[in-house]
Amino acid sequence: MFKKTALGAALAAASLVPLAQAQAADYVIDTEGQHAFVQFKISHLGFSYILGSLEEFDGEFSYDPESPAASSASLEVDVESLTTNHAERDKHIKSDDFLDVAEYPTATFTSTGFEPTGDGEGVLTGELTLHGQTNTIEMPVTLLGEGDDPWGNYRAGFEGSATLTLADYGIDMSSFPEAMHELELYVTFEGIRQ
Amino acid sequence: MWRNSTSGWGLASILLHWLSALGFVGLFVLGWWMTGLDYYHGWYHLAPWWHRSVGMLVLLVTVGRLIWRWVQPTPGLPGSRLERFAAHLGHTGLYVLMLLVLVSGYLISTAEGAGISVFGVVDVPALVTGLPDQASLAGTIHWYAALGLMGLAAGHGLIAFKHHWVDRHDTLKRMLTPRFTQVRRHGGP
Ligand code: HEM
Repeated sequence: MFKKTALGAALAAASLVPLAQAQAADYVIDTEGQHAFVQFKISHLGFSYILGSLEEFDGEFSYDPESPAASSASLEVDVESLTTNHAERDKHIKSDDFLDVAEYPTATFTSTGFEPTGDGEGVLTGELTLHGQTNTIEMPVTLLGEGDDPWGNYRAGFEGSATLTLADYGIDMSSFPEAMHELELYVTFEGIRQ
Repeated sequence: MWRNSTSGWGLASILLHWLSALGFVGLFVLGWWMTGLDYYHGWYHLAPWWHRSVGMLVLLVTVGRLIWRWVQPTPGLPGSRLERFAAHLGHTGLYVLMLLVLVSGYLISTAEGAGISVFGVVDVPALVTGLPDQASLAGTIHWYAALGLMGLAAGHGLIAFKHHWVDRHDTLKRMLTPRFTQVRRHGGP
């Protein structure tokens, strides 16, 4: 008797799974718990790198392992929150010499397509708006892990990086050496399934 | 000699006045010049180092000056009621702008928690950090307060010369010598 009920319940639950999954493919990036980072790396005169971080942003993504090609992501970054751990340099980077944060306080990324390239891997294509200018970028991304977390949620985490040519965004680096004309953007984040 | 009286400025006030006049004008010129420097200029890092170091010393002098102003008598102002009121307002404005320039400058460099090294000898710790966009905001205030201070100080200097050459008061002279602490305002008894 007991066995039968349990089986019935299990079957009923199983029949709900596809529905639950279809709804549950939406994730909100866990910025509240700081399990998400947007960082950049740019050469300093060819001697070493400056590492910087954008501390405040929000984003969400959609990801379903059953149909990865339908994945999408969007991110909105508060450029004011940029830091390279040096107040005067950051003030300069945010001034109208470079990012002009007063004029362009946010940067956004909105995906337009995703092409799976392997198990848990793919290339995310999307529109990046920075310094008021929009370009299409391709960002290879990797699924790092997914599963139930210890606190009752389901998480999935990714990382990705892309190289940006600053001139494409109207940021004039011509008075600096070639090595500083590009920067590498790195993002890693966990999403909490909704 | 050192102390003020109700008829003149003592040597301490006179020295503090001219030291801070020199300090503020010097910092303004240096600040103007250094913010235009090319990244490859040899003074690109050195000029701000001087600006910060001298700025912190001027902050010390200014705080000392304000304390001294507070505990000492002040010589009376000559002129009509309106003139005296305008002078009072102008001087208060100068003090407010001086503090504003110094504090906002301090808040730029310390915005992300690093202290300010004064000539590599002592570190002034960061007390207020991490306000939203602190360095840029403080920078904007620093710039406009400095411009305002220079404008007001230029007017102030001109008026001082006017008192000397046109009105023929002792106003300028008593900011140059402590002699007037001993005489009555309008000649002897
Ligand atoms: C050519 C430049 C300057 C001249 C000739 C000059 C002259 C004077 C004179 C004669 C006084 C005395 C007024 C009185 O007896 O009541 C005075 C007061 C004062 N000066 Fe200047 N000054 C100059 C520059 C500056 C600068 C650059 C600053 C600030 C950055 C400054 C700040 C002040 C202040 C705050 C007082 C008021 C003192 C008080 O009542 O507590 N001065 N100045």
